[in-house]
Amino acid sequence: MMGALIALHSEQLMNLHRLAPEVVLCLFGIIIMAVDPFVRASGKRALGWVALVGALLALASVHFLVYFPGTAYSNLIRVDSFSVFVHVIVLVAATLAILGSLDYLDREGIQRGEYYALVLFAAAGMGILAGANELVTAFIGLEMSSISSYVLVGFRRRALVSNEASMKYFLLGSFATAFFLYGIAMVYGVTGKTRIDAVQSALEQIVAGQGHLPALAILGLGLIFVGLGFKVVVAPFQVYAPDVYEGAPTPVTALLASAPKAATFALMLRIFYIAFGSAGDLWFWVIWVSAVLTMFIGNLAALVQTNVKRMLAYSSIAHAGYILVAFAAFSEAGAAAVLFYLAAYVLMKVGAFLVVTHAGQQDEKRLAIQDYAGLGSKQPVLAACFSLFLLSLLGLPATGGFLGKFFAFQSALQVRERWLVALVIIAAINSVIGAYYYLRVIVVMYFQAPSKDYTPSPVAPAVAVALFIAAAGTLYLGLLPGRVIDIARAAAQSLSLH
Amino acid sequence: MSAIPISWYLVLSAILFGLGVVAFVFKRNIITIFMSIELMLNAVNLAFVAFARARGALDGLVFVFFVIVVAAAEAAVGLAIVIMLAQHRESLNVERVNLLKL
Repeated sequence: MMGALIALHSEQLMNLHRLAPEVVLCLFGIIIMAVDPFVRASGKRALGWVALVGALLALASVHFLVYFPGTAYSNLIRVDSFSVFVHVIVLVAATLAILGSLDYLDREGIQRGEYYALVLFAAAGMGILAGANELVTAFIGLEMSSISSYVLVGFRRRALVSNEASMKYFLLGSFATAFFLYGIAMVYGVTGKTRIDAVQSALEQIVAGQGHLPALAILGLGLIFVGLGFKVVVAPFQVYAPDVYEGAPTPVTALLASAPKAATFALMLRIFYIAFGSAGDLWFWVIWVSAVLTMFIGNLAALVQTNVKRMLAYSSIAHAGYILVAFAAFSEAGAAAVLFYLAAYVLMKVGAFLVVTHAGQQDEKRLAIQDYAGLGSKQPVLAACFSLFLLSLLGLPATGGFLGKFFAFQSALQVRERWLVALVIIAAINSVIGAYYYLRVIVVMYFQAPSKDYTPSPVAPAVAVALFIAAAGTLYLGLLPGRVIDIARAAAQSLSLH
Repeated sequence: MSAIPISWYLVLSAILFGLGVVAFVFKRNIITIFMSIELMLNAVNLAFVAFARARGALDGLVFVFFVIVVAAAEAAVGLAIVIMLAQHRESLNVERVNLLKL
């Protein structure tokens, strides 16, 4: 009796260990919400520091995941090195976003506790997504992160653009969720299971017996792709993203454009590579067509933008296309390349948006590319950071963005399949198109005279720290990628493809 | 009791889901668009319940509870966003939500 009780107790403890980052994030989120009403307006900023401590503690508690791999809550959550890798990406992005928000919220006069709580809840949802071994758990994680971000997007309540962006994001996000759920229902109907590994074995049995997938399963796969395609912003579901990214407060855009993409791509890897591994030749074409459309739409639309925030939004669409190139490889190397790309992408994207956060000035008035004229002479360090992030997004050697692209294209070429080679060629052409709009900003920064009425404001210490971390990370991934690519490979291995 | 085959439920669910999609695309009032999303979610619930009954398993019914709970949370946030927008705009027509070009 006692023994059984202790065994039960230790199992519960184990479950908590394997959910440690989410527990820490939610705990800090709840603390901030509970304390918020008692804090005077002048002290709200302290809640941001509490949130920062929470995010850093969550990052530290990822150690628990490293030491206790396995499954938790009767297989609902899977803790493997894949989940650990994605957790680190998500939590780093959340930490940087919080650092970038502290002074932004002061400047806009919307310094409030719930902002930070929502960031933490969103990060917890993405953490659950990273470790989900069950489609319904994934759904809960997806909604935790989505619902929090609907509110965050509309956080500049007095700005009409922020309201509109919030509403668009909410309507299209819930629309996509319904598709994702209907897909899960179809999968459940065919297999009677919603656990990813159980779906895998059930579908493999059906394919072995009938020789092909039943129509209902294919329909389910299609619906799941629609739902997740909205969340990772790939064509043809990208229409809402530039509007939402432009209207949202810029630190929120930094978070939205990075962390949810990483977490949702992780879920897509689990669903497509494992659960639907037996239908690889089927979804290959879906991913292929979507990758081509995503890259062209993202890059061509970015060419004509005059607003930096919007340009970066289209650039993030294009980058989702490059990630799909590695995704289409359907190999362990492909999964590793996706993970490495996501790590590099998150750092450079958050970094770029944080520069825009600072340069936007009060009420986000200075967002046009022309407003960056002369930044190179007025604020050389800030301009250098921005140039580094833009060059990394472009894919210049010695930056993380270059190696991300390199590993992605390499993994696709290794498969030695004609259509994948074609895809890599299309991606290379797109990288060249992309060079134009990134370089244009750099040229404006360094070779055009600043307008007379512009007086730059000094970069706040918190933002400077965040920019330093993002820039150092981008250079580290570009110059010394060995360690991270090894970890990414181990993470891809722990996916245990067949 | 078991006279109605599962396919009927599935067809009904597909029709409801399709109606939701059509309404989402063609309706102009934000509240109506919001209701069409709820219709889609209920179509999903119907499919889950039908599959669970056909298999004699309980887990499908459990998912329905999750969907209902999340839909309620979504509704709370969504209506707050609608109110915020209505205060600024005094209109709930999506065609007037046009500051950001698509």
